[in-house]
Amino acid sequence: MTEYGFFIDPSRCIGCKACENACSECETHRGYPMIQVDFLDRTNSIATVPTVCMHCDNPTCAQVCPADAIKKTEDGVVQSSLKPRCVSCSNCVLGCPFGVPKMMSRLDQMMKCDMCYDRTSVGKRPMCATVCPSQALAFVPIEQITRERKLKPTNVFQFGNQTVTTKVFMMVPEDTDEISIDVVDYIWEKGESNDTQRI
Amino acid sequence: MAKPPLPIEKLIELYGPSLNYEPLGGWEDESRNPAEKLVKTHCCFCGQQCGIQLKVRDNKVIGFEPWEDFPFNEGMLCPKGVKRYMQNNHPDRLPGPLMRTDSGFKQVTWDAALSQTVARIEEIQKKYGKDSVAVYGGASLTTEKAYLVGKFARVALGTRHVDYNGRLCMVSAGTAYKLAFGVDRSPNPWEDIPSADVLMIAGSNTAECSPITTDYVWRMKDNGGKLIIVDPRMTPISRNTDLYLPVRPGTDVILYMSILNVILREGLHKQEFIDAHTLGFAEVADSVKQYTPEMAAEITGVPPEAIEKAARWLGEAKNAMILHARGVEHQSKGVENCSALINICLATGNFGRKGAGCMMITGQGNGQGGREHGQKCDQLPGQRSIDDEEGRKHVASVWKVEPEEIPRAGYSAMEIMDALHKGEIKALVSICFNPIVSLPHLQFTKEALEKAEFVCIIDPFMSETAHYADIVLAGSLQEEDEGVVANVEGRVLHIQKCITPPDDARVDWEIFCDLAKRLGNAERFSYTSSREIFDELREASRGGIADYYGITYEKIDKQMGVFWPCPSLDHPGTPRLFENAKFLHKDGKARFLLTPYRESGDPVNNEYPIYLTTGRVVSQYLSGTQTRRIGALVDMYPEPRLEIHPRLAQQYGIADGDWVAVKTRRSVATFRAMVVKTIRPDTVFVPYHWPGDKSINQLTHRTIDPRSKIPEYKVSACQIVKSEAAPSWAVANKGDN
Repeated sequence: MTEYGFFIDPSRCIGCKACENACSECETHRGYPMIQVDFLDRTNSIATVPTVCMHCDNPTCAQVCPADAIKKTEDGVVQSSLKPRCVSCSNCVLGCPFGVPKMMSRLDQMMKCDMCYDRTSVGKRPMCATVCPSQALAFVPIEQITRERKLKPTNVFQFGNQTVTTKVFMMVPEDTDEISIDVVDYIWEKGESNDTQRI
Repeated sequence: MAKPPLPIEKLIELYGPSLNYEPLGGWEDESRNPAEKLVKTHCCFCGQQCGIQLKVRDNKVIGFEPWEDFPFNEGMLCPKGVKRYMQNNHPDRLPGPLMRTDSGFKQVTWDAALSQTVARIEEIQKKYGKDSVAVYGGASLTTEKAYLVGKFARVALGTRHVDYNGRLCMVSAGTAYKLAFGVDRSPNPWEDIPSADVLMIAGSNTAECSPITTDYVWRMKDNGGKLIIVDPRMTPISRNTDLYLPVRPGTDVILYMSILNVILREGLHKQEFIDAHTLGFAEVADSVKQYTPEMAAEITGVPPEAIEKAARWLGEAKNAMILHARGVEHQSKGVENCSALINICLATGNFGRKGAGCMMITGQGNGQGGREHGQKCDQLPGQRSIDDEEGRKHVASVWKVEPEEIPRAGYSAMEIMDALHKGEIKALVSICFNPIVSLPHLQFTKEALEKAEFVCIIDPFMSETAHYADIVLAGSLQEEDEGVVANVEGRVLHIQKCITPPDDARVDWEIFCDLAKRLGNAERFSYTSSREIFDELREASRGGIADYYGITYEKIDKQMGVFWPCPSLDHPGTPRLFENAKFLHKDGKARFLLTPYRESGDPVNNEYPIYLTTGRVVSQYLSGTQTRRIGALVDMYPEPRLEIHPRLAQQYGIADGDWVAVKTRRSVATFRAMVVKTIRPDTVFVPYHWPGDKSINQLTHRTIDPRSKIPEYKVSACQIVKSEAAPSWAVANKGDN
């Protein structure tokens, strides 16, 4: 059976929020997205980035949970807190190095992305990666992404002394020089040197 | 006199826009029940026409599911596609026909509404002549409906004045392509894009206005291709560009002539291709000589080195492609801008194969199909010129009229509004068009509508233009009728009827047929289904440029779309035009066209020193008649904002979030500043989806391209000043946002 992977490439993201809107259609958290898209710094750039649960191999959220309410499925999907156990302490929200879990006060429970378990368990792709029009979020065979994309997938992250490995992959660039993001740097103005023209 | 019968605030209270946030029955109840069926159809918002499945139960659309097998978008959707089903079961939906009274609109029977419409039209035509009534159509209609709009105007009303809102969209590109190639269609299927070695995107906010095209562009990059972006703003598609050309608004044509100048200077053109397959090269080559990169830099604000680099990349590429959209087309020299881009592709021999071509990105839902079969003021079905005598004979025989009974070319959309303003046209029948929001110079449009003796609007919702109506006929949404559309590639697609219209609303084509019957034309409008209209349209288009004769609903379903031309039933369709450099003029050759520079119709000067340009955001579709009623979309970008560079903002003492009064030679309007480095410091930008005091079209001007008749939305001159007070609409909203 072909092994599918979930890949995030922020450099492809166009900030359209199709993923957020599609996520809110989910059967398990109807009306509430478990994914978010943010501008990094709108004054300086149009760059946006989607935040999705990385589904850690050894999830920090579960480690810090005093009620042992956060479980991982056999195939590596980290789930929302178990309602009967969750004490709404928000340790997971604070502890996650990626900033993913959300305390849903409405439900008195921590909710997070479960990689569309209802869909993936019946052979469908997660909703966000299905609709993403830039395929910044992609759910495809691993060999396909390495064949088709320039960037490389990685699932090893270093947070201070903590090394985190994840089920979800992040696409990372080869060595990149600084990219200027101010229109002024690209404009020709009389009497000015164009040494700053970077591309 | 067509004036709103109540204050606008009252009309909004009664008819919206109000915001729909939840599916039928709420998130937790009714909408959790399984669908009875999933209907494979297409999104109604934009010319990409992504495949989508709508969930249907009890004759209601209750949700969606991606359609991953559809080859164009493979399940991808933008937020408008995801939330499109929220236009269904909407509290604002018009339940039946309305008639204006002194105290507001009142719902009446169809018989009363149709009788009154026909009586008023007949009275006005008797008094002022047939041409005193004009018809507006729209490019979000299915092709069957668009075809019927043209036939209804010319046969049932006998007026020559019929045009459509694509006049604000695709006509500059259409005119340029028709002149250069003899056909108005993007020559390549989208699957050709990732094969380009160099792709230049000119004047297109691709990621927001045609979102799923982004993936095709990123795939081109992954294959090793280079991306060039031409735009006064950095939009999301520019985040991975290899070369960015920040053109000054309105100077595009000089940039493109300069690129051609360098290509010719460096000998990067393909002389053999030019000699064998084109006409007019020598004149164009001569005309670009003066536009050296240094000279072009002075006018366009793009560095000479960047112009040189773009020219070399395009000239040296094995396969180069250009995509363009409204940024270059919404100008009083929109046709010249497109022609200048075509000239580059012709000079470098980039046509007729994967990864090579000059392509327009069609904007509206049926922007392509909606302009092919006769709702344009100068065309008959099959993309035929209305002055093509053979074509007139053919269409007349299909319509069962005499050729001389078909009126000659009438006014374009802008000219129709002019004629209403002058009192030459007295009445308007309009469907799928919201000119009070979408046309430039709102005050002029308002005055023109107020002067009309009779206005009839056909729409599923009360649009802002419908406020001016005498009669509003409650029409249908896309998912309530069967038909075809042609997407951005010229791929004809099948729109499925998922549900019937609610309450006493009706399918649009039936409304036209009923009006025609009452106007004494029963036998020519006796259709009993969309299919019958399509079959007549196929026949009417037969032998024309956009030949649909060989396309059937069944063939579309089987092939997942059929690219026109498709002249016979055993023909598979034509995904790629101009293979073997065979262009569609009678001599098979393409034309180079001269592209002289002219100043904007609203020039920047000392008094109005800043460029104003307008466009769209990803969460809204056109004039917002549908998308301003969908809560999730409205929340993404609730009000228009003024994008301004920090350098310009500082000069005027404006900080992010300040209110800014923008004044042009027409009017003044106030918007909240969004200080961003992603725009030229001599230019400000405001999106156009909103009505009234929030409308940037209060400020835009009515200059049109002399050939395409498109308005110059992308170039106005303005002055700005920090405003101490919030505008009345913001105060009324009690919002700071």
